Amino acid sequence: MTTPGDSGAREAWALWEVFIRSSRGLSHVHAGSLHAPDETMALRNARDLYTRRAEGVSIWVVRAADITTSDPDARGEFFESPQGKEFRHATYYSESESVPHL
Amino acid sequence: MTTPVESAVHQDVDLAAEEAEFARLIATDSRVEPRDWMPDAYRKTLIRQISQHAHSEIIGMQPEGNWITRAPSLKRKAILMAKVQDEAGHGLYLYSAAQTLGIDRDTMFDQLITGKARYSSIFNYTTPTWADMGSIGWLVDGAAICNQVPLCRASYGPYGRAMTRICKEESFHQRQGFEILLQLMRGSAEQQRMAQESVNRWYAPALMMFGPPDEDSPNSKQSMAWNIKRFSNDDLRQRFVDMLVPQAEVLGITLPDPDLKWNESRGHYDFGDLDWAEFHEVLAGRGQANAVRVAKRKKAHDDGAWVREAARAYADRNAAAREERMAS
Repeated sequence: MTTPGDSGAREAWALWEVFIRSSRGLSHVHAGSLHAPDETMALRNARDLYTRRAEGVSIWVVRAADITTSDPDARGEFFESPQGKEFRHATYYSESESVPHL
Repeated sequence: MTTPVESAVHQDVDLAAEEAEFARLIATDSRVEPRDWMPDAYRKTLIRQISQHAHSEIIGMQPEGNWITRAPSLKRKAILMAKVQDEAGHGLYLYSAAQTLGIDRDTMFDQLITGKARYSSIFNYTTPTWADMGSIGWLVDGAAICNQVPLCRASYGPYGRAMTRICKEESFHQRQGFEILLQLMRGSAEQQRMAQESVNRWYAPALMMFGPPDEDSPNSKQSMAWNIKRFSNDDLRQRFVDMLVPQAEVLGITLPDPDLKWNESRGHYDFGDLDWAEFHEVLAGRGQANAVRVAKRKKAHDDGAWVREAARAYADRNAAAREERMAS
């Protein structure tokens, strides 16, 4: 399965996805993608491209081709299991509504 | 095993479901993501618009890059370099967004070089004076921001996300341009003349950046129906003029339009007709610098070929060595 934006062997450099931790205590979040020949250059390019204004304290880069994604055609069935399981949410339990600290 | 007729029926049913899902996303002002089904025309429109936008950022480095070595102080050189670097970044964000639609970067580059893809015609004007760095920031980036802020809500997710990032960075561009002009207007009579002369040249082309009048912009309607475009060309142009007038007063600069005046009943400024013949001339390749801009881009790309190849060879060699170590 191809990753969106990855055109494979036609281009000289592979496509990488970039994830940035904006400050300590927060998760890495997807920032965008870029082309680079290897991981060292991918990190350097990511720094130049996505952290020109101190947007990050840590960067992950991963080859776009190495990412496995869920099948978009199966979105219904694949994400169906939470359907009808409202009891997983606190709001399901309405009888205790007016009880303090609950 | 299904017969060809059965599978054709299945495909029709699937297609109808996909079309309904796409229509639902648009109707609920949700976002379309790269792996979603989308109509071919939607995909094509986005590829055209996003790649044209990316090319504009990349070609847009040239009129200002031209002044880096001649900027009047070390501070101004550093600022201009940062701005041109931002434009390279914006081009790259947008190329990435376009790629998610299935076009690769080499193809986009070929389209730019062969003239198959366009870029904003504003970048085909030359920058003969330092004041032009001010006018580009204030007027050209100002118009770009006006155009781009609503694009942050474009229905195609990757485009909207790229635009959000770009808009955050773009406001410094406009302010630094404004301050270049402000400083000139506080200077000698000659510096003031230089600022005014530059604004005289850039004002109308900047207004034309919003594209042709609504009645001559056949694609706009569909783009608005798809939530790619949120406001019409003329609405955005009006908004821009309304913002510029008070800013020009702060500068003490005259906007070169004798018909520009406040219209009480409309609650907007009226302004004169633009020279659309000139716009179409520049678009057709007969602007001041069309040939130079594309030739320079091609040369930069060709001159960089050995770097790309060397980096690729180095990466391949390291990867092979790693594999060998793992095998032994």
